[in-house]
Amino acid sequence: MGLDIRWPIGLMFTLIGVLLAIDGAVVKSDHAISLGININLVWGMVLLVFGVFMLAGAFKGGKNPPKA
Amino acid sequence: MQPIHLAWIDYTILLAYVGFVIGIGWMLSRYMKTSADFLTSARSIPTWVTGLAFISANLGALELVGMAASGAKYGISTAHFYWVGAIPAMIFLAVFMMPFYYGSKARSVPEYLKMRFDERVRALNSVAFAVMTVFASGISINALAKLLTNLLPWQFNLNFGFIHLDSYDSYLWICSGVVLIYVLKGGLTSAIYTEVLQFFMIVLGFAPVVYLGLKDAGGWHAMNHSLQAVAVNPSALYLKDAGISYASNAWTSAWTPVLAGPAHNPMGVDWFAMIFGLGFVLSFGYWCTNFLVVQRAMAAKNMTAARNTPLVAAVPKMFFPFLVIVPGMIAAALMSMPEKNYRIPPPIVAQANYDQAIAAVKAANPADPAAAVTAVGAALGKKIDDKRIESLIKAEAGGKLTDTEIKQGLYNSIAENDYDSVILSLVKKYCPAGLLGLALTALLASFMSGMAGNVTAFNTVFTYDLYQAYFAPGKSDRHYFLTGKVITVLGIVLSIACAYFAKQYNNAMDIIQLVFGFVNAPLFATFLLGMFWKRATGTGAFIGLFCGIGSSALFHALTIAQGNAPGVKGGYVKVLSTFPSEMAQNFWLAAFAFTVCFTFTLVISLATKSQKTDADLKGLVYSLTPKIVDNNLPVYQRPAVVGIVLLIVCVILNLIFW
Repeated sequence: MGLDIRWPIGLMFTLIGVLLAIDGAVVKSDHAISLGININLVWGMVLLVFGVFMLAGAFKGGKNPPKA
Repeated sequence: MQPIHLAWIDYTILLAYVGFVIGIGWMLSRYMKTSADFLTSARSIPTWVTGLAFISANLGALELVGMAASGAKYGISTAHFYWVGAIPAMIFLAVFMMPFYYGSKARSVPEYLKMRFDERVRALNSVAFAVMTVFASGISINALAKLLTNLLPWQFNLNFGFIHLDSYDSYLWICSGVVLIYVLKGGLTSAIYTEVLQFFMIVLGFAPVVYLGLKDAGGWHAMNHSLQAVAVNPSALYLKDAGISYASNAWTSAWTPVLAGPAHNPMGVDWFAMIFGLGFVLSFGYWCTNFLVVQRAMAAKNMTAARNTPLVAAVPKMFFPFLVIVPGMIAAALMSMPEKNYRIPPPIVAQANYDQAIAAVKAANPADPAAAVTAVGAALGKKIDDKRIESLIKAEAGGKLTDTEIKQGLYNSIAENDYDSVILSLVKKYCPAGLLGLALTALLASFMSGMAGNVTAFNTVFTYDLYQAYFAPGKSDRHYFLTGKVITVLGIVLSIACAYFAKQYNNAMDIIQLVFGFVNAPLFATFLLGMFWKRATGTGAFIGLFCGIGSSALFHALTIAQGNAPGVKGGYVKVLSTFPSEMAQNFWLAAFAFTVCFTFTLVISLATKSQKTDADLKGLVYSLTPKIVDNNLPVYQRPAVVGIVLLIVCVILNLIFW
């Protein structure tokens, strides 16, 4: 309906993914709480990939698929 | 629970989410031209979106918080709520019932009832449903406000003349305000879009927590191993009273403990109540007739999309136990490992009570601690672990502990668990700033969409089935469009009222199951007979439904669960029967109400004449509707085929966790 839902979803997760990844990469925090894994960096990248995947779908999608 | 410290990144994520949902509402508002656009999305939404919204509308406050709570209390058996209590019903809805809902062009479930039966049945259903949705909405937003009050470090105390607002009030009104904005602007489509957004946030926000929790517990097998020890002695973790013991697989096996009988599983249910009460009556009653979820399927683009919607939803639904139930199991396993220094949070105790208890510990005589133990128990107002208090007293006598250390010791000695805090305690434990913001926002999102979903279902039923049907028929569509908006505001206000009401009670899951049992269990009997038996008449349906709801109330008034006092938990007229657990009571109540409604509807339908001709009922009843031909669809899109495949996968899951 007018707005393809993949736009806001893609944008939001790209944004959050970037935020988390930057925090993970740049901020020198203690990773003991997340069992030694730099979870912000790792998961931030995953979210970024997901967000971009959604945005790609929104770019290509354009029109809704024809009636079945 | 101590307030959480949030960093700027957490607030950014939270505000980004709020900004996005309001933005979605804003952008959709230009497409809201008719009442159909606003209230029912005018059949325009793609299948994957309706599918995810379908499951997301159901995935509210209850699921995340309640399932983790149940995972700790009952182990993997909780998955029955999914594998027995959802999947079969969703498949049935998709394959057999959607053709009637979608094909009849009814705009709501009550409207279908009006077309199939008559106005009386519609009125009964719409009034009951309207009450139920605002109740559910209120519970959702109440849980959110409580959570934020306990969690965020800000304390509000505002005074406007004689009106006093504390933190709870502020969070309640602010969150309700956000929901009001995006639902008022974008209607059902707004709610659907934000539900899909919420779905991804929950999956992506909690998957890391589950991963980290499992890693900490030593892995899946190590967790199960710990849970075997827990099952043999659950009172050590305050899961049950002392003296109760189960077979070692009680927390890790879904079917064996249930098949063994109510005394052998922590839920206290027998297999018949599980399969008939939960698996058939409650499950089908909810998934097949609750307009909250059915509305999302009705918003689909065409008949095939509508039928595939519940099937699309069934796929993530089947695997959700690993996301929402496993955290509870992890919590129980961790609590049983002393080196992990973790316990399921106890109920909240006021600082003043802690101070009293600390004083009692300090004043205790280490040679004769019994009096002090009693004093501590009285001060805290909760059940306590005597041995821990005694060792705390000894430690205090041996070398003076700080007040904080004594408080920590007291915290660890409260022999009661607040299960609803489990998921949050795990989030606090494993999430650094950043991921914390994501997980908390996911939680916030699910509560808020619980309100949004219910309000959009409420405003449709109120506008079309109550207002248009009985108060102001025959007006222009513009009139109903504006009415829909007014009712949206009304829905939010009523939800807030219900939130204040719900503030009194503790485990939301049990209450909701009870309410659903009262209203839903008899309802499915009505639909079953209505859709598959053309002889069912309006009078039969009305009386059957009425008696079904009445019998629920009666059943509740005459039975109680072991360990509960008569009152809100039942048995307030007279206790004729006692059940091993509340869950068992709920399941049997549902079974009873269904049977009463079914019987009355059947008997009275046979005794009355139908007001509808066969032509009237075409498209509304199985025997009078041309069968849908799916041969032109590719095999993987045929609902019947997909349904069977999903059932097989579901059975396999059940076998794996037998």
